Amino acid sequence: MKTTIKLFTALLIASLLFTSCGNANKGKKQGALSSNAAEKVYIAPGEHDEFYAFVSGGFSGQLAVYGLPSGRLFKVIPVFSVDAEKAYGFNEETKPMLNTSHGFVPWDDSHHPDISQTNGVLDGRYVFINGNNTPRIAKIDLTTFETTEIIEIPNTAGNHSSSYVTENTEYVVAGTRFAIPVPQRDMPISEYKGNFKGALSFIKVDPKDGGMDLEFQILMPGFNYDKAHPGRGDSKDWFFFTTYNTEEANTLLEVNASQNDKDFITAINWKKVADYVKKGGGKKMPANYAHNVYDDHTHAATSTMKKEVLVIDPSEVPGAIYFLPTPKSPHGCDVSPSGEYIVGSGKLSADLTVHSYTKMIKAIEDKAFDGDAYGIPILNFEAIHAGSVKQAGLGPLHTEFDGEGNAYTTFFISSEVVKWKLGTWEVVDRKPTFYSPGHLMIPGGNSRKPFGKYALVMNKITKDRYLPTGPEVTQSAQLYDITGEKMELLLDFPTVGEPHYAAGIPADLIKSKSKKFFRLEDNKHPYVAKSEEDTKVIRKGKEVHIYMTMIRSHFSPDNIEGVKVGDKVYFHVTNLEQDYDVPHGISMIGAQTSELLIMPGQTETFVWEPKQPGVWPFYCTDFCSALHQEMQGYVRVSPRSSKIKLSWSLDDE
Amino acid sequence: MQLMKKSKITMTIGSLLLLGLFVFPLWNITLEAPQYPTPLGMDIHINKFVDANEFDIKNINLMNHYVGMQYIPKTIPEFKIFPITIGIMVFLGVLFGFKATYKWYLGWFVLMSFLGIVGMYDFYLWEHDYGHNLDPKAIMKFTNPDGSIMGFQPPLFGSKDILNFRAHSYPRVGAYFMFIGMMLTAIAYFLGKKETQKIKG
Repeated sequence: MKTTIKLFTALLIASLLFTSCGNANKGKKQGALSSNAAEKVYIAPGEHDEFYAFVSGGFSGQLAVYGLPSGRLFKVIPVFSVDAEKAYGFNEETKPMLNTSHGFVPWDDSHHPDISQTNGVLDGRYVFINGNNTPRIAKIDLTTFETTEIIEIPNTAGNHSSSYVTENTEYVVAGTRFAIPVPQRDMPISEYKGNFKGALSFIKVDPKDGGMDLEFQILMPGFNYDKAHPGRGDSKDWFFFTTYNTEEANTLLEVNASQNDKDFITAINWKKVADYVKKGGGKKMPANYAHNVYDDHTHAATSTMKKEVLVIDPSEVPGAIYFLPTPKSPHGCDVSPSGEYIVGSGKLSADLTVHSYTKMIKAIEDKAFDGDAYGIPILNFEAIHAGSVKQAGLGPLHTEFDGEGNAYTTFFISSEVVKWKLGTWEVVDRKPTFYSPGHLMIPGGNSRKPFGKYALVMNKITKDRYLPTGPEVTQSAQLYDITGEKMELLLDFPTVGEPHYAAGIPADLIKSKSKKFFRLEDNKHPYVAKSEEDTKVIRKGKEVHIYMTMIRSHFSPDNIEGVKVGDKVYFHVTNLEQDYDVPHGISMIGAQTSELLIMPGQTETFVWEPKQPGVWPFYCTDFCSALHQEMQGYVRVSPRSSKIKLSWSLDDE
Repeated sequence: MQLMKKSKITMTIGSLLLLGLFVFPLWNITLEAPQYPTPLGMDIHINKFVDANEFDIKNINLMNHYVGMQYIPKTIPEFKIFPITIGIMVFLGVLFGFKATYKWYLGWFVLMSFLGIVGMYDFYLWEHDYGHNLDPKAIMKFTNPDGSIMGFQPPLFGSKDILNFRAHSYPRVGAYFMFIGMMLTAIAYFLGKKETQKIKG
């Protein structure tokens, strides 16, 4: 009996020990790991993140600004889609920004942001981003974090291999994903092969003011131009574009465009083509595309329709364009910081194919060609092949670099990010992602000087990673610490729209240049009122123009009479504040447009067409001050036949 | 050539230091509040008010209109009187330094001290008016515990809480130039006295 009790007690103690031991271990391990990761992404209240991340909004059409490592969202910059919050595309000033050859287009699919560079290093002046659907490239000014220019790309459909910049931001490129008839014409779809074209566009960027001008288009064979990256260093005069559908299939592409064992990376010596253009090369063809420019002084955009584009046939510039055979419908096209390696991610392959720039030049000199496609030489695969990362994963998509000789590639199908070594092609580490990543981004990771501290992986599928929100769940990005030999997952955070690609930059390079407000004295808006003395109301037939001001905490004027049913009333409202973070808003009951959110020193305009007589209030929509609620006014609307004269006042004066 | 006496040099330099007032601000008022991570501030020169950061005065006025305070004027009569007064004192100081005996130095010092006190008193009067002469239609009216209307006078010297702001009122570089200059003229007097005694002895 005693023995039994002893044995039982011993067992009980042992089991307790084991249990508690196991628990303690488990708890400790998790605790230590998670607290470590938490510390790495924790930014104390009031402190600033180390990096800005500009993450594309995909089908939201916008560009979101996050801080890294915290993953906090700071701003959604409206680019290609209307934004009622900021009145983008709703106020009279920004409507021209969304003008195209198809008229006003309120939406697009934004994909690949890229930050301007000088000598191959991020300079933090602008972010460029492409609109995929109605082909456009936008420029965002990083002093105001606002879209200041959009240029439409003619002869293009699905502007996907875009918007990457050359080493000194001489050009930003656009490329057609869908080959189309050039010029557009009515023809049978089945006659695609040999007849459609793939335009690659080079948009000149003015080194002084960043102004964009479509300088030339190369009319390539009708393949699908998917992704692109410029060369760096020795290869800086070259641009590389991946292609798929070299089969030129026009239906069931998932099968018919996956037949060729190898597609191409197109290598273009853009410098050579640009020199050809300078010497008067190429020919002008009629076109119709919009060029929209926003001015920070008039606080308004203008849209100009351009009627001509310079096109070049590859045969006109021999020695400038070559095809690099690359296995299985390559998607990502990434160039190492040195410019030597061109990584092609055959998305239907298990291997990554890496070409050598040095070998490519030698192959060109040796004329190591394997025939041609539409007259463009195809270089011999063996002659240019630097190496392959074997069986690295399934479905490689995109690669970025840390500047320490390592590359990081996302694999869509096997849902992981893989770290490997340039030159030896050995896999160093792999970490799962949740789930199915598209692009990844290392700040400066596509430049000559990466800041290899974090990798941001953008996923295509989220499933169960966050609290569910019905059938549509959040989009997501994941942050990895890449400073060690092994990568470490630090953070998941939700994103706005589908995050295709991102551009990151150390915050110190741009935060001090961020504008605090617009100077009222520099305001050149045609309807500005720079003081309350300048306010007035003018009638031009059925149009009524109200020159209004706002300052804490009133509008001037705030009582307006003499407006009639059927009038078109323009509220031109100037924010007279000259202080940081004192925007005012305005909205009018029944106005079929958005509010205005006006920054200090800025003028914006909305239109109101009153339909019934009455006294109709307007108010400030941004809680601006202790007396924000009192910031309101009235417009009296009289019947059309009324004889009441136009009058306006503030405090009966 | 006989070297200039130490006292004369000191007197001349001391009075010349007052010229610093034409370059540097005399005084500064700074207002701190949680919503102003960069505080609002105003530098007072002998001839102008200057924003510590651009548009600060405009923003101080905007804040103050809630409690009915007047706008800080673009200019005040003192901005004409002060430069002339300082100019005359510098001229006199240099003149005394070169031409007069040390006793005049003391006279200069006393006169300058008197003018300084008058200046401070004038500043106090303006501040008092600024902080108490409130618009009867003020948006927000505050009373002291005894029921009297609360004033918003910034401190003459030092720091003080005014509603949500902490106000600081301190001399600036110009004032230090004046202070050191005046001290030098006082020292010049004593040096002059010593030198004279030496000659006598």
